[in-house]
Amino acid sequence: MWSCTFKDRITLSADRKPYGDSLKAAGKTIRAVAATGNLSTGFREESLVRAVNEGADFVGCDAGSTDSGPYYLGSGNPRGPRQGVKRNLGLILRETLRAGIPAIIGTAGHAGGRPHLEWTVDIVRELAREKDWHFKFASIDSEIEPAILADALRRGEIKPLSPAPLFNEEVIRQSQRFVAMMGIEPIQAALAGGAKLVIAGRCSDVAIYAALPVLRGIPKHVAFHAGKILECGAASVAQRLYPDCLAAELDAHGFTVEPPNPELRCTPQSVAAHTLYENADPYRLIEPGGVLDTTAAQYQAMSERAVRVEGGRFVPAKNYTVRIEGASLAGYRSIVIAGIRDPLILMQLDSFLSSLRATVERKIADNLAPPAGAYLLNFRVYGRDGTLGALETDANMAGHEVGLIIDVVASSQSLASDILPLVWHSGLHHPIPEYQGLISNFAFPFSPPGIDVGPVYRFCANHVWELDHPCKPFRTTWEEL
Amino acid sequence: MPQLWQFTKLIRSKNAGPFELTFDIMFKDRESYERVLKSRVVSAERIAQLYGVPVAEVRRFEIEQIDTLKFSIPRKVFSGDVADTDVYGGQFHGPLVRLLVNEDE
Repeated sequence: MWSCTFKDRITLSADRKPYGDSLKAAGKTIRAVAATGNLSTGFREESLVRAVNEGADFVGCDAGSTDSGPYYLGSGNPRGPRQGVKRNLGLILRETLRAGIPAIIGTAGHAGGRPHLEWTVDIVRELAREKDWHFKFASIDSEIEPAILADALRRGEIKPLSPAPLFNEEVIRQSQRFVAMMGIEPIQAALAGGAKLVIAGRCSDVAIYAALPVLRGIPKHVAFHAGKILECGAASVAQRLYPDCLAAELDAHGFTVEPPNPELRCTPQSVAAHTLYENADPYRLIEPGGVLDTTAAQYQAMSERAVRVEGGRFVPAKNYTVRIEGASLAGYRSIVIAGIRDPLILMQLDSFLSSLRATVERKIADNLAPPAGAYLLNFRVYGRDGTLGALETDANMAGHEVGLIIDVVASSQSLASDILPLVWHSGLHHPIPEYQGLISNFAFPFSPPGIDVGPVYRFCANHVWELDHPCKPFRTTWEEL
Repeated sequence: MPQLWQFTKLIRSKNAGPFELTFDIMFKDRESYERVLKSRVVSAERIAQLYGVPVAEVRRFEIEQIDTLKFSIPRKVFSGDVADTDVYGGQFHGPLVRLLVNEDE
């Protein structure tokens, strides 16, 4: 049996029941099931059925993330596919309604804003209509009106994290959308009100899984730690063959995590390693209302596939805070993709591109006369430093070709679209000293060579909001289907 | 001279939220972990230099129980911003993979 503790290990005190017996000793257990890591990626139907049949108390699923960038929050567009989300949500609802247990979905529609929540609720109504399901559900809106946020800022309730972009009333006014990331309390209120389904807007991943256990008396240090391990579904198994479910049984002292799918297994290493993933600090996970400290956590194999976890600590925060996320419009993008294969151009690529830049800047000024600062022109050179940009450490450009992305971001889509052909057409025939006569430097794989990408957003807040009540910014809507 | 990847089972980078990057270097076994630690090839100073951040902003964790070194740094360009090159932050670990591990130092 393999056991691991993090640094500065503490020893379990003698009066504490270690491991296996604690489940029965505690008397009360809660079985939590994570359907998968993201509602749109799916899971095996038989895994979910098995997990629910083994006696689940609820099924949770995270539906969002900031990982794919600010676009979804800024635009209000959900990340689909809708058909996939409908399939997965349909299976979760079928199983939870059959078992009479609640389902909890967090960060609806990928960014958790109002349009994302409405998109998800629409899928729920459609499913209920098609399947003739009848149940009571709660949706929790986490979008924050700019005026409310500006008031909170004036009252000094908004505090920066590090690193934080400039944030003031002007930024708030010019931004597209803000959400606050809820903790367990709004979900608990919905569960206490009898919701068979809770669809949360922007929501802590951990809160999806900690809300119900804490409501039923499981200590926060156990519920939050289990939530952290469950939030990515089967990501904390030793070898994730495909996205799938994960289940945990929580009691007063710890929890045991085990994938319902017999092809997958958790090991102490795989579970402990998951606390690292996507976290800046592997020991301290900052959540609304406190910090989960896993410094002294112990991970022990209970079988080939199950791992017992104990020893996390929950340190309540002095002030209850929720994270604020916001996206503002940065401009509109148009791009061209082109290959360059001529060795003589590659040999002098830097001077070629800088001389091309000078030529096109003049052309843009002559033809379009945009106001100063109305556009940005960026040459992204794949095969040289396209991936790392200024952080590239390898000065050699060893390949026989490069992929060039001409990237224009301008104050309007029409300006970006108009600039684009001036750049690519100039570049196509831009001369080099070694050749006399008209040359064609770019291999465009597509006609037209350019693509209008649409609006570009940026994350405009890395801040927290101090609340006098954890539910204050969130509004719950009840619906009987 | 051996390269860092030869001691590891996983080297990865990833966003830790849109404003920070985190790097996990998971070693094959305790011996590999200790040899690389002893060589000091992946110090906070080295990370600071490679990624152009002040050394005071590099957080470094030695997670002995799973033979892992972890670093976290602020992003110079936030995820998805106009000049970003890697929205998920999944390829920033590239320069670490072939770092030479000098065990004589």
